[in-house]
Amino acid sequence: MLAEALLLQLGYNATLVTFGATALGVAAGATGAFLFLRKRSLVSDAVSHATLPGLALAFLIMVALGGEGRSLLGLMAGSALSAAAGLWCVSALSRHTRVPEDAAIGAVLSVFFGFGVVLLTVIQSVPLGRQAGLEGFLLGSTAGMLFADAVIIAVGGLAVLAAVLVLRRPLTVVAFDPGFGETQGLRVARIDAALMLLVMAVTVVGLKIVGLILIVAMLIIPAVTARFWTNQASSVVLLAGFFGGLAGYVGAATSAIAPDLPTGPIIVLTSFVLFALSMACAPERGVLAALLRHRRFERLVHLRQGLLAMAQGQHVYEARTRRLLRGQGFMRPDGVPTESGKGEAARVLRDEARWQVVRASAHLSELAVRDDGLTPTEDVLTADQIAEVDRRLGTPEAV
Amino acid sequence: MGAEFVALSLPPILIGTLAALACALPGNFLVLRRQSLVGDAISHVVLPGIVVAFLVTGQVSAWPMMLGAAAAAVVSVALIEGIRRLGRVDAGAAMGVTFTAMFAFGVLLLEQSDTSGVHLDVEHALYGNLESLIWLDAVGWSSLLDPAALSGLPHELERMAIVFVLTLAFVVVLWRPLVLSTFDEGYARSLGLPVATLGLGLVIVAAITAVAAFDAVGSIIVIAMFICPPAAARLMTNQLVHQVLWSLVFAAISAVLGYVLAGYGPLWIGLPNTVSAAGMIATVSGLILAICAVAGPQRRA
Repeated sequence: MLAEALLLQLGYNATLVTFGATALGVAAGATGAFLFLRKRSLVSDAVSHATLPGLALAFLIMVALGGEGRSLLGLMAGSALSAAAGLWCVSALSRHTRVPEDAAIGAVLSVFFGFGVVLLTVIQSVPLGRQAGLEGFLLGSTAGMLFADAVIIAVGGLAVLAAVLVLRRPLTVVAFDPGFGETQGLRVARIDAALMLLVMAVTVVGLKIVGLILIVAMLIIPAVTARFWTNQASSVVLLAGFFGGLAGYVGAATSAIAPDLPTGPIIVLTSFVLFALSMACAPERGVLAALLRHRRFERLVHLRQGLLAMAQGQHVYEARTRRLLRGQGFMRPDGVPTESGKGEAARVLRDEARWQVVRASAHLSELAVRDDGLTPTEDVLTADQIAEVDRRLGTPEAV
Repeated sequence: MGAEFVALSLPPILIGTLAALACALPGNFLVLRRQSLVGDAISHVVLPGIVVAFLVTGQVSAWPMMLGAAAAAVVSVALIEGIRRLGRVDAGAAMGVTFTAMFAFGVLLLEQSDTSGVHLDVEHALYGNLESLIWLDAVGWSSLLDPAALSGLPHELERMAIVFVLTLAFVVVLWRPLVLSTFDEGYARSLGLPVATLGLGLVIVAAITAVAAFDAVGSIIVIAMFICPPAAARLMTNQLVHQVLWSLVFAAISAVLGYVLAGYGPLWIGLPNTVSAAGMIATVSGLILAICAVAGPQRRA
């Protein structure tokens, strides 16, 4: 069943929705990456919660005009308008008063959402209201979706994706270095506004699939996931799009086989699994890589300290050091240094002595900051400088 | 009117007001410390804790749920810190990852388990159920003096009162260190104050308040009350003491006016049904903030 869902064999509507969720996921991931690079991820939380009153008002207006009130396009238009109002409130509060931006975000998201809840209870009391199914917009639901709605979502997802592609260059420049963007003739304020429009578009298209409470996850999680794999701004955007698309695809397809499960949480949890895997396994920044790096570092310290002890004729007691020295063939099982061990110990001792000279030297002492107890002098000094240091040290002595 | 008011409206108004006051108190410091969204994060992450507690004990009772919520809060703090350090991402993004994922997990658990027989669903978590906290033993204002009737008051009232006293004590006793570490962390540290512990203590107090209030009144009120009254009060005065007092006044007005508007407002304009009290309380607090943003004497940066 899951395989069928993933291969898009569960009917036309499910396929369309999965397609739309994938396109939306890519667009959301990329947009989120720009937001993340601008350190404004949480603004999207205010935008998404602010859609609720517009959604409810649109329903009430459509009913008042004699309609059924369930037209997805109408609901999307209403939610877009109130999201814009919420966004305007956030920027007005943080720009014209001394309320900090995070407080403005929290105030807008809770107040707009609260007002939306009031309107939802009003809707409960009007005719047609109980069948409105507006609660489905809180957590997303794709079950029993109309064909027309599926088409809207697929087209909407593609449109947002196209907009991201068109705007990707200026967005990257501004996300990476707004000052540079300004010198290139970009209007940073306008591009920020365009970014917020993209966020709104993602939110509005995603309302029906992911729901307004969790849509913010599609903007945030893929970008943070991508950050584990690369240090380059443009690759963060590409990778975030990829992870977002993957989560949208797997999440929407999975939820097609379990109609009683809300789609939003599944997409979010898929995204989180990708994130957790990345955090564990990514090269360089991942947890595993960091653990391995730490082990390697410990090994170097143990070996060097062991060799220094051997060079000074001391017995090595520490079990791990002994194991490492034996593993390298520097020490016999009874603790006596081997020939190669003696040679290596002499080399390490010589290195320590060289560092001492470097520290004491008038013109080389600046280089002594590179002495972390592990770096050989050969990595820091030129051959000439080493020769000079060795002249001062005299002939090497055997251990 | 009297008897009905005491039985049906007085307890929710009191509980709502106590919850609002208890949230607004630590909220003052959270807003000043740029940690406003802590309340938002906490009220999302406690959902899986509460659901797991329900699945383990099989019943909706206060203490296991509080424990579950506290455990979830601890897990989320660990996750946020871990993501922030290991991924070297900013705190906002780390918070965003954590609270959405944990909330999604909570929703999924809730939908997968059979909670149809009990009062536990996502809507309840979001809006709470202030209207249902009624006092059946009350026959009128005289019941306030009748010990037998008083024992029938909703337990949430008692719990919110305790939490409010706790936050009040926290803020009053640690006033000076809190103020110092909020405004000038470096100076506070040079005085030997345990700045990190104070910050953690504040978050813990906020979490306790959020969890206690969450169960009684839902997460919207919690988030709104952490932020709106303190932010509005900040626009009224430059004095922290006055700011805290203003925030308490605003919180109380929001709770009382919001409840009254939700419960009686629709009747006044001829609508048959009441509307969500939690939503209306949040709305009123937002209106107060809007008024202060337009007319507050200290609104400029």
